[in-house]
Amino acid sequence: MGNYAIETVGLNFNFDNQAIIKDLSLQVPKGSIYGFLGPNGAGKTTTIKILLNLLKSPSDQVFIFGKEINSNRISVLKRIGALVEQPAIYGHLTGKENLVNRCILLGIKKAKADEMLSLVGLAEASNKKANKYSLGMKQRLGIAQALISDPELLLLDEPTNGLDPNGIIEVRNLMIDLATKHQKTILVSSHLLAEIERTATHVGIINQGQLLFQGTINELHLLSKPSLEIEVNNIEDACTLLIKQGYEVTAKTERIITLPFISSQNSGELNTLLIQNGFIVSSLYQQRKDLENLFLDITKAN
Amino acid sequence: MHALYISLRSEFYKSRKTLAFWAAILLPLIICGLISSGFYYDAEKIIAGHYPPILLWARYSGASLNVMGFLIMPFYVIFMAFSVNNIEHKNDTWKMLFAQPLQKFSIYSAKYLYAILLIFICLFLFATLTFAFGHLLQLMVPKFNFDQYNPLKILINSYTKLFLASLGILSLQFIFSLLWSDFLKPMGIGFVGTIMGIITANIGWKYAYLNPYSLPTLALRITKVKQGDDPLAFPVFTQEIWTSLIYASVLFIIGYFIVTKKSIK
Repeated sequence: MGNYAIETVGLNFNFDNQAIIKDLSLQVPKGSIYGFLGPNGAGKTTTIKILLNLLKSPSDQVFIFGKEINSNRISVLKRIGALVEQPAIYGHLTGKENLVNRCILLGIKKAKADEMLSLVGLAEASNKKANKYSLGMKQRLGIAQALISDPELLLLDEPTNGLDPNGIIEVRNLMIDLATKHQKTILVSSHLLAEIERTATHVGIINQGQLLFQGTINELHLLSKPSLEIEVNNIEDACTLLIKQGYEVTAKTERIITLPFISSQNSGELNTLLIQNGFIVSSLYQQRKDLENLFLDITKAN
Repeated sequence: MHALYISLRSEFYKSRKTLAFWAAILLPLIICGLISSGFYYDAEKIIAGHYPPILLWARYSGASLNVMGFLIMPFYVIFMAFSVNNIEHKNDTWKMLFAQPLQKFSIYSAKYLYAILLIFICLFLFATLTFAFGHLLQLMVPKFNFDQYNPLKILINSYTKLFLASLGILSLQFIFSLLWSDFLKPMGIGFVGTIMGIITANIGWKYAYLNPYSLPTLALRITKVKQGDDPLAFPVFTQEIWTSLIYASVLFIIGYFIVTKKSIK
C-alpha cells in the first residue's frame, strides 16, 4: 500500500440503486502519470469525485497515500489538486482574482497567483474577467487552480478538453515536467487513447464502471500483438496454399491476407513459399495493431 | 475557527463586486436619501405641522422602517439568501468548494454568516443613516426640531428587532437556495410566504407568529408608538423574536445536514 498514491480496494458506488462503479481496484503508483481511460459515461468522473470525497465512498475502499479517505478527508485533500469536468471558475472575477480566492481558501501567499498565471501562460490575461476567457484559457486557469497549492497528487479530468493543438502539447509537456522534475503523481482521465499514450507511464481502462485493464504502458503495448500483412494476387489460391502449409490466416480482403506475425525469418519463408508457387507478392509488412483499435476491442468485448 | 474565518474572507472576496454586496450599502443609502430629500423639500409643510421632536423622529424614521419592514426586508433577505448560494450554482463551483481541505461545516457556516452579516450591515446603515441624515436635515433646515430628542435607543431597538425577526426567513430561504439553483423557486415561495405573512400579521391571526414571513411585520407593529406610552419601553425579545431565533437555529442545523448529504453529481 505504501507505494501507491491512490489505491481503491473493490470500490463499489451506486447512484439511486444503479451501479456506477463496480469492484474497482485502482493502483496508482507514486510518481506515475496514470492514464485513466474510458469512453464517455464509463465512470471516470464519478471515480475522480469519489477520490475527492465529493461523493462518499463506502469505508475502507479508497486510500490516498495509504490513508482511508472518509476518516482523513481534510489531511488527504491538502495533498490533492484537482480539475474536475469544467474548470470551477467565478465568471465575474478576473483570472487572477480566481487564483487569489483559492490562495485565501488554502492559506497560501497571494504572490503564488501570479506565478501560476505565468506558468499556464495567462499572465497577460490576468486582469480580464474569467467569463471573457476562451474555453482553452478557462481550462488553463483550472489547471493553475489545481496546481496552486503545490499538491503531491493531481487529478485531472480531461484536461485537454477544448484546447487547441498548441495548448494540448503544452498541457502534455507540463504533465511530464511535473511528474519527472517535481515528482508529482498525476491521474489524468481521457477518452482518447492517443492522448494518454504520449504521456502516461501507467494505464487503467474502465468501461461501464469496471476496470478492464491496468498496468504499465508497455504492458498495454504487449497486448497488441503484431500481425503480418501480405499483398498478393490471386488471394483465394494463396489463402488455400497457406492454410495447407499449416499457417493461420486471421483475415483476408480482396488484396490483403493477414496472419499473426511470428518472426522476420518466418515472414521471409512465407514470401519465398508464395513466390515459388507462382504468386506475385507486391508487399509484405509487419503491422502493429494500433492501440486505438485495441482500446475499442477491450471496451467492446465487455 | 480558522477554516470559518478563511471561508468568510473568501465569501467577501468573491462577492465584493456583486450586486448582493453593494445592495447592502446602496439600499439604505438610496432609501434614507430619498426620504431625507422628501423632508428637505417638504420642510415648510412639515414644520407647519408643529410636531413634537419625538413625533418628528417617529415620522421620519418610521418612513424608512415601514417601507423596509413590510416590503423590502423580506425580499431583500430572500435575495441575499439566493445570491450567496447562487454564486456557486451559477459558476458550478460547489464541487471546487467542497474539494478544498476545509470542514464542510465551516464552508456552510461561512456562507450563512456572510448572508447574516450583509443583512446586519444593511440594517446598521439604515439606523446610522437615519440618525445622521436627521441631524443633517436639522443643520440644513434649522427650524426642524430633530436636535431636541435623541432617537438612538428607539432606532437601535427597532432595527435590532427587525434584524432578529428576519433571521427565520433567512434560514428558510437559505435552505431553498441551497437546494435549488434557479431563482424562481425560492423567490416564488418567498413571495407567497411574504404576502401570506403580511396578511396574517395584519388581520391579527393568533398563530401568525408561526409563519416566519410575518415576523418582521409583527415585530414592527409592536414598536409602533402608542399615544401616551413611553416609546422606549418596548421590549426587544418578544414572542416573534424568539420564534424567529428558534426557526433560525433549527433550520441552520437542518441546512447543514442537507449540505453534508449533498452529492456533487
